[in-house]
Order: sequence, then C-alpha cells, then structure tokens
Amino acid sequence: MLKRWVLLAASWAFVGLPVAAVAEEGGFALMHAGTDIDNLESLQRGARNFMNYCSGCHSLKYLRYNRMAEDLKIPEAELAANLMFTTDKAFDTINVAMPAESEVWFGKQPPDLSLIARARGTDYLYSFLHGFYADKTRPWGVNNLYLPAAAMPHVLQAQQGLQKPVFKSEPDEKGGARMVMTGVEMMTPGAMKPEEYDQFVRDLVNFLDYAGEPIKSRRQALGLWVTLFLLVFFAFAYLLKKEYWKDIH
Amino acid sequence: MSDQVDHSRRRLLTAATVGVGAVGVAFTAVPFLASWQPSARAKALGAPVEVDASKLEVGQMMKVVWRGQAVYVVRRTKEVIDQMGKHDALLVDPGSDGSIQPDYIKSEGALRSIRPDYWIGLAVCTHLGCSPLGAFEPNNSAQVTGVDLGQGWPGGFYCPCHGSKFDLSGRVFKGVPAPTNLTVPPYSFGGDTRILIGVDSAPKKA
Amino acid sequence: MASFPEIPDSGERSGFSQWINERLPVAAFWKKHLSEYYAPKNFNFWYFFGGLAILVLVNQLITGIFLTMSYKPTAAEAFASVEYIMRDVRWGWLLRYMHSTGASAFFIVIYLHMFRALLYGSHRKPRELIWIFGCLIFVLLMAEAFMGYVLPWGNMSYWGAQVIVSLFSSLPYIGQSLVEWIRGDYYIADATLNRFFALHVAALPLALVFLVVVHLAALHEVGSNNPDGIEIKKLKDAKGIPLDGIPFHPYYTVKDLVGTAGFLLIFCGIIFFAPTFGGLFLEEPNFEPANALQTPPHIAPVWYFTPYYAMLRAVPSFLGTQVWGVLVMGAAIVILFFVPWLDRSPVKSIRYRGPIFKLALAVFVVAFVMLGVCGMKPPSGIYPQLAKIGTFLYFAFFLLMPWYTRIDSVKPVPERVTGHA
Repeated sequence: MLKRWVLLAASWAFVGLPVAAVAEEGGFALMHAGTDIDNLESLQRGARNFMNYCSGCHSLKYLRYNRMAEDLKIPEAELAANLMFTTDKAFDTINVAMPAESEVWFGKQPPDLSLIARARGTDYLYSFLHGFYADKTRPWGVNNLYLPAAAMPHVLQAQQGLQKPVFKSEPDEKGGARMVMTGVEMMTPGAMKPEEYDQFVRDLVNFLDYAGEPIKSRRQALGLWVTLFLLVFFAFAYLLKKEYWKDIH
Repeated sequence: MSDQVDHSRRRLLTAATVGVGAVGVAFTAVPFLASWQPSARAKALGAPVEVDASKLEVGQMMKVVWRGQAVYVVRRTKEVIDQMGKHDALLVDPGSDGSIQPDYIKSEGALRSIRPDYWIGLAVCTHLGCSPLGAFEPNNSAQVTGVDLGQGWPGGFYCPCHGSKFDLSGRVFKGVPAPTNLTVPPYSFGGDTRILIGVDSAPKKA
Repeated sequence: MASFPEIPDSGERSGFSQWINERLPVAAFWKKHLSEYYAPKNFNFWYFFGGLAILVLVNQLITGIFLTMSYKPTAAEAFASVEYIMRDVRWGWLLRYMHSTGASAFFIVIYLHMFRALLYGSHRKPRELIWIFGCLIFVLLMAEAFMGYVLPWGNMSYWGAQVIVSLFSSLPYIGQSLVEWIRGDYYIADATLNRFFALHVAALPLALVFLVVVHLAALHEVGSNNPDGIEIKKLKDAKGIPLDGIPFHPYYTVKDLVGTAGFLLIFCGIIFFAPTFGGLFLEEPNFEPANALQTPPHIAPVWYFTPYYAMLRAVPSFLGTQVWGVLVMGAAIVILFFVPWLDRSPVKSIRYRGPIFKLALAVFVVAFVMLGVCGMKPPSGIYPQLAKIGTFLYFAFFLLMPWYTRIDSVKPVPERVTGHA
C-alpha cells in the first residue's frame, strides 16, 4: 500500500508540474479516464474487450501475444482459446486481417493502436469512446464530440446505446440566433448501464495504456529501488564530503 | 576546531562511498550488457520450425533452417542403422559424452536420435563452424566430396573446410580437427513424419 | 588559511607504475589536473554544472552507442526500430529513456552553466577563450540535439526537420538550392535521415568531445573563476600555492560526488517516473510515425529550442522575405560570443556589481523564460506580443551591456575569497 502511495507521489511530483504547465486545449473538456496500469484484472478485461471489439479492424503491431500474456498473467491456454486469431502464433505481434478494401469502407485505414495512448492520452481515448452521437450527415450515422468527422463507426453502440446532440440557442454577431452544440444525451440506451459501460471503456483504455508502454508498471517499480539506492549513495557522498572539508577553513 | 584528521573515519567513508558507487556502476552495466542478448524479435524468429519429412526417401537427407542455421534431417537406411554401433573404435566420442545434445538423444547411444531412421543434427562443424557435406555412399565418396574417403567409409558427413569426418549419427572420427560430435538440437515428433525442431521431446516413459 | 594534511601518496613509484610513468605521464597528468590543480575554495552550488555536463555527455555517448546497435536509420524502418528498442530489446527502454532524458538534461545543465558564467563574470579576461569554446559547444550541441530529434522519425521529428531545414530557404539567392542540398531530396526523406544519423552519431560527437577537451585545457591554463570573481593566483604562499586554492582532488571530487548524487536522483526520477515529462521531453505527436501528408496540429520544438524558436516567429517578414526572423535567431546565438567584450564592468562577480546589472540580469532571465514559454504556445493570443517583447529584452541585455555595466556602481572587491560552502 505504502508503495502505491510513494509511486503516486513520485509520479505526481514529476508529472504534475509540466502537465499543469501544458494548458487545456479547446473543444469539449475531456473526461477523466481513471485507469490504473497496475490493476491486472482491469487489464485482462481490457485485453478481452480489445480482442472482441477492436481487433477486427485495429492492430497492435508492436505488441506480442506472449508478452501480453506474460505481463497480464494470462494463462497460455486462455490466450490461445480466447484472445488469439487462430492462425497466429504466441510470439507474433497482434496484427489484423483487415482486407484491402478497408480504406474504401472507412475512407482511411483504421490506425494501429500500439501507441495511441501515448500519442493521445488515456483521457482522450476514454472521452472518445464516450463521445459518439447520432449525426445523419456522416457515413456511419454517427459523429464524435472529441474527433469531429470521425471516420469510425460506433462499434460499441449495442453496449453504450446511442446519444443525440444537445443544442442551445446563442445570439450571433448579426443579432440573430444560432444553435450551438453543448453536449450529448442518451437517446436509445444500450445493453449496459452507464456505470458498466464506463468500466468497460476504462478497462479497454487501461489496456491500451499498457499496450503503449508495456514496461511502464515495472519501470515505476524499479524506479523506487533506484531512488532508494541513490539516497544511500547521496548520504555516503555527503558524509565523505563533510569529512574532507573539515580541512578547509 | 581540531586539526586532527581522523584518518580511519576518512578511510571508512571513502571505502563505503566507493563501494556503494561500484555497486551502482555494476548495476548500471547490467542493462547495457543484457541488451546484447537475443531480443524478443530474435526469439520469435528463432521459434520452433516444423518439418514435414513425409517426402523424404530412405537414404536421402534434407536441409532446413532453424535459428538461421542449417539443420540436417537424414533418413537412414536399415544397413546404416544396423552397423552404427560397430565402428566405435574409430571415433573420438562414441558415447557423445563431450558433445552437445539433449539428454533424450544421448541416452539413445550410437544412433543419437529419437527414432532410429530419422537423424537430426546441426549442419555446423564443431571445428570452426563450416557446413559439412553429406557423403553417404560407402565406397563412392569422392563423387560427393571430391575427396576419396577410402575403403571402409561407412557413410556420413565430411567437412570440406578442414577435412573433418562424421558418421551418420554425426559422431566425429579420430584424426580430424573437429573435437566433438555434431550438435543435435532439441526436437520432437508431432506425428509420424512431422518433426518440430526447437521443441523438446517429452521424457520417455520408463 | 588552507593547510591540508598530506594526501597519503601511494608510495615511491616502483615496478609497474614506474615503468608506465617513464613512458606515459599518468602521475604527472593526475597531479596537474587533479591532485595539484588548485581551485578556489569558495565554489558554490553553481559550480556543479560543468562537471555534470561531462557526466551527461558520457551518458549520451554510451547510451547512444548502444542505441545505434538496434536503431535503423532508414525512413522505412526508423520508427519501428525505436519501438523495437522500447519493447523487444532487453532493457532497451531504459537505454532509450536515458538518452532522451539525457538530451534535455544536457541543455538544463548547459543553460545553468552559462548562467553561472554571467553571474560571476567567468567569461571575463583572462577566460574569454573558455567562454568562446563554450559557446561553440553550445552551438554544436544544438545541431546535435536537432539531428538526434529527427532520428525516431515520428511525426514531430519529421515536421520539426521540415520547419528547421526550411529556415535556410529564406536566405536570398542560394536558399532553395541550399535546402535541397541539406535534404538530399525534394522533401525530408530517407537521404536526409541517413545523413543526419551519420552526423549525429559520428561527426558531431567527435567535434563535441574535442571542443570539451579544448574548453578544459583552456580552463586549466588560466584556472577557475569563483563566486567572488577574484584571481586566486595573485596571492600565493611560499610554495607557490594560491592562498585561497585547494587541490581539486580530493576536495572537489568528493563535493562533485554529492552534486552528482543529487543530479542522478532527479535524472533517474524523470527516467523512471516521467520519461516524457508531460510531453516536454518526448512530445506526444512523436508517438505517431512520420507522415509527409499530415502536419501535427501544433508544431513546437523541444523545450530547449523554444526561446530561439519564439524569436524566429516574433520577427515579421518584410521586403518580401522572411529572412529577418532567421537572422535575428542567428544573431541571438552569435551575440553570445561577444559577451566577454560587451561587459565593461570593472568587477566580475555579481556580488560586487551595482543594482543595474542585477536588474538587467533578472530581466534577461525573465525574458528568456518568457520566450521559452512563447515558443511552446501556438502563435496566437498574447504570445506573439510577449515574444516580441522578450526578443527585444534579450537583445537589449547584450547590446546595452557596454553602457550599463560601465555606469553601474560597484562595491569594493576583497583581497581574499569570502566564505566557502
């Protein structure tokens, strides 16, 4: 427990400052993902969610199945039975059997998601997967609050349900009024309760965070030992310096 | 203030600081040295190779690549199998005591194989790493190797680099540069003629 | 009075050590540069950064060498090879983070090291050459960092290279062909990456190491300055040892050890807990591969270039060319070389200078930080205005220096150094 707090404090001390300095961008405020890279169960659920709902189109071409199984403590049998494409081998990276027409279907190749959490951040991914709303003008009938003109269909519509945009009237420069979108609300609920869906997406995003940097959890754990070691070294070096500098007056 | 220097304290602190520092340097060296080990990709590429030996005729051999090295799969004739134990006197290491092979291969004695007919071994001479040629014809070796291996040659491998000779179990003959028998990689049978090179065979039931 | 106990010598030179020393002056070198190199006894906190710069240089060289063992300098493979290092190579992630964090650490210690010189007048006579070699190191370091930043071939690498290389296109007449020559292609391409790699891993490090040796040789010729700006060689004892000098070894080796430990605590803290440092040390868009068709929404160089980048953007184009911004940015670097002669104060250290210099230096620091922030922000809102003010103040600090350092009041400088840490 103590370890977790120290880790948290250490991460905060080093990340808090620059993050606070990098200001919020425009658009809709991002939701907080609340993921935890050390929560193995969440990561395992997230891996399953990814394999069931995302891996049809999105690859994780820098992540190997066996690495994932080892890090997430997924038994080999379970890996082969539920998480792998049958033609893949355990040491393969997680590729996708997306036909070449995908670019025609979606207007663009669905991107590889190995580094998406590092490039966009977990909060963005969590928000994005909450941000689909009905929009008849789009090819798939949905748009996204956080990625306007998103090319991706709402794959999780059966789970989340379908949201609709909420507008409010605002005076414009010419003295008239215009409609401004302020957010979304649920139109047709899905199979999951909102809390269930939140957790579902949180697990998925947590897994993507892991996939972005598989070493992250161990890196932080090792950092504690390195810090402790350096404190000891610092103490000895300081005493040695004091001892020698007694000569100087 | 005293001008007296406490040399023992100074020595102690110096030793302690240097000691801790040396431990730090040693720990720091580990990632650098370890980064030279085969990477996850190398391991993926070095994964087991599956060989379908059903097309291999008796008295023929095939070459497959496993971990970037040639591996011979030889299907031995009955005559070869029968006479395999009879020329031990000519060999350096007939029992394969100083050679590299899985335990389940060593325990098979002269045949050095899981099944008597199929012999599997690395095509890497234990002298300096050349690839030995197959010279199976007992009395017609010159045709294959360009060198007359003489009467009484039981058939085997001949290394063109420095003339090392091995029998059809990869065992090295006396009087040649190679010091040990050809290495046998871990392998197992996944069917009658399906050979998995790189996967250890389950231990035989006693 | 500095009276040191005799450092126990390893005894009379005998056998092997004598054999060596008759052929290679190891002991003499040790004496000249460490055990009998007399440094002022009043070094403070600010004197850690020179040594730390060497530490970081060594870190960059060693981790860099190991990274080249797995990195592929081709447009097709570079990005994937970095992820290969991060995931498939054992401990590759640590080597990479040590190198990427080391790059930022290098600029932190160098900026502080240069600031120390301004504080205590370390650039003044007789140390002008040390300062000039230092400035050359700074310039090379910027080139080294820029080319290193291109190597991961992320989208920010790509567009950063595009923007910086395009700077040269603003030069009249030769601009366009110069840019093509630098790129070796009609866009930032495989050839560009490959030559940047060669310069980054071989040519520039060699030049850097050479300059560091010269920088130190010049330093050890004239001796170190100190926070009082006093020449300790003026007052020597009967044996010719400066009264305020103490042998570098052991006194400053043990002291630098403490500084090193403190530095490593912060350095490793970043490596293990925040290697991207919130997007400042490793920028988010660089986790997407280079895409020649899509610029990241907001291009900003890494933090250490942003003060100069802000100056570039602060100057508008006129007379039909944008070369002025480039010239201003170049001048901002070039002017550093002249500081030893711009400074006309009769004293060196800020301790004995008057309020005008203190104010000027404070304003300079604020302007520099402000420029740094402006360079990170998109050029909208108040930032372009702040960048202009910052640029003006940056140049005012240097160009007005001959004037304000002369009229500034000074306090009497003592004969001997004051205090020690």
